[in-house]
Amino acid sequence: MEYSEKVMDHFANPRNVGAIEDADAIGEVGNAKCGDIMKMYLKINEDEVITDIKFKTFGCGAAVATSSMATEMVKGKTIQEALQLTNKAVAEALDGLPPVKMHCSVLAEEAIHSAIADYYKRKGMDPAAMMGTCDMDCANCGSH
Amino acid sequence: MERVVYSDNAATTPISKNVYNAMIPYLTTGYGNPSSLYARGREEKKAVDQARIYTAEMINADPSEIIFTSGGSEADNLAIKGLLLSRKLPKNKKHVITSKIEHHAVLYTCQFLERFGYTVTYLDVDNEGHIDLEQLENAITEDTALVTIMAANNEIGTIQDLKAIADICHNKGTLFHTDAVQAIGHMEIDVKEMGIDLLSMASHKVRGPKGVGALYCRKGIVLEPLIHGGGQERGLRSGTENVAGIVGFGEALRYAKENMKEYLPYVKSLTDHLIEGVTKIPYTKLTGDPVSRLPGTASFVIECIEGESLILLLDMNGIAASTGSACSTGSLDPSHVLMAIGLPHEIAHGSLRVTLGEQNTMEEVDYLIEKINAVVNRLRAMSPVWEEKMNGEPSLQLFNK
Repeated sequence: MEYSEKVMDHFANPRNVGAIEDADAIGEVGNAKCGDIMKMYLKINEDEVITDIKFKTFGCGAAVATSSMATEMVKGKTIQEALQLTNKAVAEALDGLPPVKMHCSVLAEEAIHSAIADYYKRKGMDPAAMMGTCDMDCANCGSH
Repeated sequence: MERVVYSDNAATTPISKNVYNAMIPYLTTGYGNPSSLYARGREEKKAVDQARIYTAEMINADPSEIIFTSGGSEADNLAIKGLLLSRKLPKNKKHVITSKIEHHAVLYTCQFLERFGYTVTYLDVDNEGHIDLEQLENAITEDTALVTIMAANNEIGTIQDLKAIADICHNKGTLFHTDAVQAIGHMEIDVKEMGIDLLSMASHKVRGPKGVGALYCRKGIVLEPLIHGGGQERGLRSGTENVAGIVGFGEALRYAKENMKEYLPYVKSLTDHLIEGVTKIPYTKLTGDPVSRLPGTASFVIECIEGESLILLLDMNGIAASTGSACSTGSLDPSHVLMAIGLPHEIAHGSLRVTLGEQNTMEEVDYLIEKINAVVNRLRAMSPVWEEKMNGEPSLQLFNK
């Protein structure tokens, strides 16, 4: 199995690794069978812009690289823009993933959705009403 | 990359100088076909015969009991399918017993036979990887044709009690095959003293070339060949011999036989040092039998990290090692061996196997310990599972197993 140079770069030098102490939202997703857990911490301002984002990931090279790339892609974006981020876009930004690793990009997308759902919950809003129902293909992730 | 430490000798080994030198003539001038009657052919036949003698001597067999194959997988296939399909086998003998930690060359061969009406019993192993001899004894019926249990496990290094297994098999009237691919050259094996009926070997695990191996088949046992043709290897394995490969394999075994007493304690001292260093990392455990194990094999589980990430970061430091993590195999489950010894998924994902050989040095082992430490620390620093464990939170609540 071979990773692209971009995947290896994001794996070897992951962007936005860490935690945010006073995060406005935290999302955690994962699945036992493949052994990936992603946790994302978001700072969100009153204009609903993601001003800062950090992640911690337990997982393979692709899991780390997709976490890193996804955080880069939503940093500075509004929540609504962040919700538009698809796993395909993350994978494409990494110059592709091996087929068996596509579920890692799904997980990265889910982690962001999970954090945003947490943001709405903390605001006393119903995430389902704000985000719609989950329509992702999670056959691989097994977490639904 | 400033340096390379090859520490994946259970995957394959570097060809030694003596093997290389022995092979060269048969890759250049010695191209004759061993079946030919003229001089250039007779010499090649002689070279193959000499390799057969070295191979037999390695395990205290007779040269006529050695069948050269394309490697360990073919030897396993020939032993199992060759025996079960044998015309000499009584009709009722359609049962095979194996273990859950065998190499896939054995497991998938057994599954293949199941598709054709044969039955297979897969024995459990304990948490160190030993089969239960009582369970074995109880599993043998009058229909059992063969018990196939590996000599030493390729992932965790645990050595089985071959003599005890052979005794049980013979007392109950069945045959015993052992996949000794990882064991040959790494432990003493005497087929006569241990009572082994069939034994598989591979050249590239003992510093020989890839693409060659052998099956020992005790005199009197009749196999059906898998490859039909020109009748080489007493009709049991047709196809023009891989002369250079066989010569290299023979030389590798000659060297191993002569030098094992010196290099095995040395390799063990390297591995002991490595185990001592790596198990100092918190939440890290050695897998397999701590004593009855291959001298060069050290397999660990390191909590809260994932094996593929570990291997990639070690590779960036010039270190070649392997893991049984699912993410390394492209499947969703961690290695069947780690599952069989009872490790939960989340622990098995953090497995690391380091396998050392005679060509490794103590200084390299120090480098391995240093880098494994650094890489584990780095991965744990970014692991949410580690963070939760350190905070005393009910970690791994996301795992459904």
